[in-house]
Amino acid sequence: MSFGEKVVWRCIVRTYPVLTSVLFCLLAGVALSGDLLSYSVYDTPSDGGGSITLEWEMLPGAESIRIDSLVIFRSIPESESWTRLAAVPIEKGAFEDREIVDGVSYSYKIVNYTSDETSEWICPYRVESKAQWFDSDRIPVLVGVLLCLLAMAGVAIAHRGGKPFHIRPIRGLEAVDEAVGRATEMGKPVLFTPGWGGDIQRPTTIAALNILGYVASKTASYRCDLLFPTHDPVIMAAAEEVIHEAYIEAGQADLYKADNVFYTTSSQLGYAAAVDGVITRYEPAAIFLLGTFEGEALILAETGNSVGAMQIAGTDSTIQLSFFMVACDYTLIGEELFAASGYLTGDAKVLSSVLAQDYMKILIVAVLLAGAVLVTLGMVGLADWIGMT
Amino acid sequence: MLAKKIPIAVCFLFGLFGLAQYFSPHPAAVSAYSTVLDWVQIIFAFTLLVGVVSLLQIHLGRVSRREKFWGYSIVTIVGVLVMAFFGFAGGTGRGTAFMWMFDNMQVPIQSTVFALLAFFVATAAYRGFRLRNIEAGILLAAAIIIMLGRVPVGEMISARIPEAAEWILNVPSMSAKRAVLIGIGLGSITTALRVILGIERSYLGRN
Repeated sequence: MSFGEKVVWRCIVRTYPVLTSVLFCLLAGVALSGDLLSYSVYDTPSDGGGSITLEWEMLPGAESIRIDSLVIFRSIPESESWTRLAAVPIEKGAFEDREIVDGVSYSYKIVNYTSDETSEWICPYRVESKAQWFDSDRIPVLVGVLLCLLAMAGVAIAHRGGKPFHIRPIRGLEAVDEAVGRATEMGKPVLFTPGWGGDIQRPTTIAALNILGYVASKTASYRCDLLFPTHDPVIMAAAEEVIHEAYIEAGQADLYKADNVFYTTSSQLGYAAAVDGVITRYEPAAIFLLGTFEGEALILAETGNSVGAMQIAGTDSTIQLSFFMVACDYTLIGEELFAASGYLTGDAKVLSSVLAQDYMKILIVAVLLAGAVLVTLGMVGLADWIGMT
Repeated sequence: MLAKKIPIAVCFLFGLFGLAQYFSPHPAAVSAYSTVLDWVQIIFAFTLLVGVVSLLQIHLGRVSRREKFWGYSIVTIVGVLVMAFFGFAGGTGRGTAFMWMFDNMQVPIQSTVFALLAFFVATAAYRGFRLRNIEAGILLAAAIIIMLGRVPVGEMISARIPEAAEWILNVPSMSAKRAVLIGIGLGSITTALRVILGIERSYLGRN
């Protein structure tokens, strides 16, 4: 992209933030021309303040002149003297001054020293930095989140009249009843663990707790024991609540055993050893490995396999998913783990968000295709904006 | 009713704050977020105490009731108490009894558990690569090419093998991985939005 195109794109992209910062950028970021260089000085956009950026580019025709590095100077209003900041290789194209105070106006000078002459370019405007309230670099993320919200709302409105949802069958979730039924028939417990890698803030843990609620309601109905070892005391507290509520709803509050929901240790391999111990001692007939797993994934899955348990697994780590696929009977891949809540409960609001996910996926594929075509045609602006280049 | 509404309201407010601060580089937003993270750490420290107390309660109960496998509970209780005693009495620095036990007992035990992974990879690979159907056959062929492409003998057989291994990793494998990651990303966003908007309440116990 040429320097001119860059400036145009910047202008388009930066029309979103607060009006004052746009005006400030326009006033301070005027490109100036010298004999050799075109340069601009402006308050660094999308930052927390304390930074001014200098950008330069060799003008056409000046490429033949050898310039190794440029020396950057700065001065403040009360001072007549210039402070040397740094010598920057010319091909770097930019320098960010981070040793400044917000609200103070600074002047900048770029100097080129050669053996026979010295050229200098002084910015005619003073520039001051200030903290921004909005990070315009994250507009693509904001657009994505808003589109997700719109898609969720759109699907919910479209299905408001009780129009049925069509969600493709997810074998791993269809097998939940079978797994709990198998454990009941064999007179063995069910084991559910959310992995070592997650905490309660992670969406994967929330998704796992959603499935736990359903599994607990089934174990309560079938009068089957449910073991829940975890590495995180916060997850333990949330799981206690989820399981207890499920038992109350199933009318089996007396069957709830608080001792079956327990904290092991926060150490990864200590947790793996503890859960392995529970699996080998109690030999659960069904094991649910749903949540955020790391190196302990295969240790747990293979131990479960060795005791002949029916295993349903799902995680957000693509590396651990491959281990689960070979060691477990059913694996929830990608978004299937997050779709479980709506799939199992049939809640229309949750299902609408699951369907919205599919529409978003179609949109992402369309953007990827459009991006590929545009980049192939040399129009990298859009790809640049969404961070594809 | 309030027991459900208050957590949902707290979740909504803090979820919205977390979302908003992500888009703001302003020092005020960064500082507020940092304060919230400090609160999370404090809450975690308290819950850790709850976790340890719960662990001891459960195992003491198993020992007192002489439940099946109660001997393992004694090992757990002794381990927790001994480590805690030496940690509080002599500190956790270099040369302390706590650190000696950590280095000479806990670390070797953890290494042993980790070493099991090598054997589990072998057994899982054996099951995964069995030629049962066309898909398993493709998986087996890809695995053979990648394994040969990663060792010198592969290149000795043909210079094309390492190239084919790279192609498998960079094209079909990478595209499948990205497709899964897009699904996970969308799932995470919609789950987070459901929680913030109060649509998803299962984590509070079923409705």
